[in-house]
Amino acid sequence: MPRISGIDLQTKKRGEIALTAIFGIGRARAIEILTKLEIDPNERPENWTDDQTRSIRKLIEDEYQVEGQLRTEVQLNIKRLMDIGCYRGLRHRRGLPVRGQRTQTNARTRKGKKKTVAGKKMAPKK
Amino acid sequence: MARSLKKGPFVHFKLQKKVDDLNKSGKKKVVKTWSRASMVTPDFVGHTFAVHNGKQFVPVYITENMVGHRLGEFSPTRFYRGHAGTAKDRRGR
Repeated sequence: MPRISGIDLQTKKRGEIALTAIFGIGRARAIEILTKLEIDPNERPENWTDDQTRSIRKLIEDEYQVEGQLRTEVQLNIKRLMDIGCYRGLRHRRGLPVRGQRTQTNARTRKGKKKTVAGKKMAPKK
Repeated sequence: MARSLKKGPFVHFKLQKKVDDLNKSGKKKVVKTWSRASMVTPDFVGHTFAVHNGKQFVPVYITENMVGHRLGEFSPTRFYRGHAGTAKDRRGR
């Protein structure tokens, strides 16, 4: 099983899909990597030669920021926003949507599971 | 190059003049401004601005990290202090 950047790739998926298991590599980058190395993106990881696996690993390590490193950078960016006290930082602190979305309804991804408020009237039935 | 890049960052000309004066004289003074849309440029660093939020002037001390943001981002216009009856502490800002 090819192991790249600390992630075990699924062997039975097409190469360009299997690579997206790595945080920081999506479809576009997966295809970019494989074309650069002249590997058929349809070829599955189980059929990669050792050389190919090695070259993929090397390319990713050298040219892309992935997994832990990338996560750290994202966290630092968020931390910077919070530290300078700008609007986006305040939204991050509060766990509310950052990019101006509505919050009267929805926004559940940021706000988490619904917290029911006691005594609040239900919406009237039509 | 995008047209917006060619035009450079926006700083209100009067504000820019005030900052230039401060930098020339080496003085530190709070600069009152309504220009929330002005971008923070590197020559702002170390100065304090009083940025209007529609009601009052919020003092903002500019650090290096803030370059590239706009002054208005540091002077919130809305305050939410939680709903009545919610026991949870909510820090107002």
